[in-house]
Amino acid sequence: MQKGGVIRRLQAEKRLAKRSMTKYWELYLLLVPVIAYFIIFNYFPMYGVQIAFRDFNPVSGIWGSPWVGVKHFARFFKSYAFQRVITNTLTISFFQIVITFPIPILLAIMMEELTFPRFKKSLQMITYAPHFISVVVLVGMMFNMFNMRTGIVNHFLVLLGMERINFFAEPGWFKPLFIGSDIWQNSGWSSIIYISAIAGIDQALYEAARIDGANKVKRIWHVTIPSITPTIVILLIMKFGQVMNVAFMKALLMQNTQNISASEVISTYVYKVGLKGGDGIQGGQFSFSTAVDLFNSVINFALLLTANQISKKLNDIALF
Amino acid sequence: MTGKRRIRQSQDDRLFDIINTLLCIFVFIVVLYPLIFVVSASFSDPLAVLSGKVKLLPVDITLDSYKKIFDYKQVLTGYKNSLILLFFGTALNVVLTIMAAYPLSRRDLYGRRLLTALFTFTMFFSGGLIPTYFVVRDLGLYDTLGAMIIPIAINMYNVIITRTYFENSIPESLIEAAYIDGANNLATLRFIVLPMSKAIIAIICLYYGVGHWNQYFQALIYISDSAKYPLQVVLREILLQSQVQDLVDTVGFEKQLLQAEGIKYSLIIVASVPVLAIYPFVQRYFVKGVMIGAVKG
Repeated sequence: MQKGGVIRRLQAEKRLAKRSMTKYWELYLLLVPVIAYFIIFNYFPMYGVQIAFRDFNPVSGIWGSPWVGVKHFARFFKSYAFQRVITNTLTISFFQIVITFPIPILLAIMMEELTFPRFKKSLQMITYAPHFISVVVLVGMMFNMFNMRTGIVNHFLVLLGMERINFFAEPGWFKPLFIGSDIWQNSGWSSIIYISAIAGIDQALYEAARIDGANKVKRIWHVTIPSITPTIVILLIMKFGQVMNVAFMKALLMQNTQNISASEVISTYVYKVGLKGGDGIQGGQFSFSTAVDLFNSVINFALLLTANQISKKLNDIALF
Repeated sequence: MTGKRRIRQSQDDRLFDIINTLLCIFVFIVVLYPLIFVVSASFSDPLAVLSGKVKLLPVDITLDSYKKIFDYKQVLTGYKNSLILLFFGTALNVVLTIMAAYPLSRRDLYGRRLLTALFTFTMFFSGGLIPTYFVVRDLGLYDTLGAMIIPIAINMYNVIITRTYFENSIPESLIEAAYIDGANNLATLRFIVLPMSKAIIAIICLYYGVGHWNQYFQALIYISDSAKYPLQVVLREILLQSQVQDLVDTVGFEKQLLQAEGIKYSLIIVASVPVLAIYPFVQRYFVKGVMIGAVKG
């Protein structure tokens, strides 16, 4: 009985596939290069992560190098770099979730409450703009404006009667600069999604709240925020899937030998160990680098799934 | 009773509006100031910039630092390379994105759910740096312009917004009608779907285009021949590299430094001009893209 059901289902599937093939065969042809792209540049590398469990040597190649189990993972956990890169990565991510993440939400609400339409337009235009500045230019601007002797920031500090600060040579300043510049660059752009969520709220809700005597603050608290909560939760889940990914290029560009203790994160470490080396790290350790990278991806993915599940249980909002 | 409450309510709201407006003005200034400063600094005498005389507006206006940029041969080469990447890269991106998005937008296409899931999975999990590096190298792309185009030929986020647009903005009846009239799928795509999709094509062109112009990662990993450096790599060499020496010691270098420092702000402007120049006109497209993506990821 059950077996017959399975067979019937399979036959039905087959018919569907056949009909789709006849109707859409040109579209399947269009998909061929696309599928090839994803196989070559995404799935093949996923298959290649097995070098994390081998001792790569160039002569035998990826598939011929000997298996060594979790040797490279063990080495990473025991290495002196482990604590440093994990601490730096998690600290930056923590601040990104606690400080950077809520700011666009506030900004969107502030903009939507503005009573001057023209000022609102210009504020949006100005705050979106920094998003399009390249990471090299952004770090270049910071280097120049925060330069110890010639930067405008230090000129202001002197005017205010304070000591000059060598921002890029002091490890303590790395994280504030890193996070602050991120807020400056991306808050406006990230607010768009909340602005569009707010725009979709039923005006009748505000009207009802107004009649009930709610002032603006109360209306924001009881209407706006609950209405955009699904958007916030979805973006927060996605953020959790990125916890271990601190903007690689920005961190790398902002690094130097003086601030390395605060600026070395997992992604920059993976890059240096794996390819070009630097800052006292030997490059070209393909297997070791892949192991660290894989550890990183697995944690990210696990956090994404966990956040998704928790959210599904708590408030029925989920990414998938 | 209610009248009193009304007054109270409107007083609260007025106070809120005042505080909110002040906060918005503060945000406006904080975001705008660095942008204005860079523009002003680029038009000022380097000495005035470095000694802190330029605070908001240009001081001793001069175009010297712009002229000096042309002494740097690498800047011109980088500009040229980036334009090539921008053109060919974006063309390939847009074609492939449509080739992915249109089939996936057909609701009765068999396998659509599976393929969408497999493609989307790559947004959340990847093989990582080294395995990808091996693939690119084994394909013979290392140190070629192709390495900066082909491995990033498709961005799944852009596929999703394009697919969403196709699903929501093209009436299904139109496509079915064309199908009944005997048009094949490619003709339908070419003569019905694409002409109605100019907005989304503009949006993904802009996203991919800005991505290529600001591209740094691919070159960092795959390019070692300086003749093939895109603009961003050249920028890094000039904007950031000399800092190391700057941090160590500075006294003897004053003059040399002045020369090199002088062009930095103007270089930032020159490098950002293509994006800045189109930005005010296309801002609404950028924003629209985010809104389409927000419908459902």
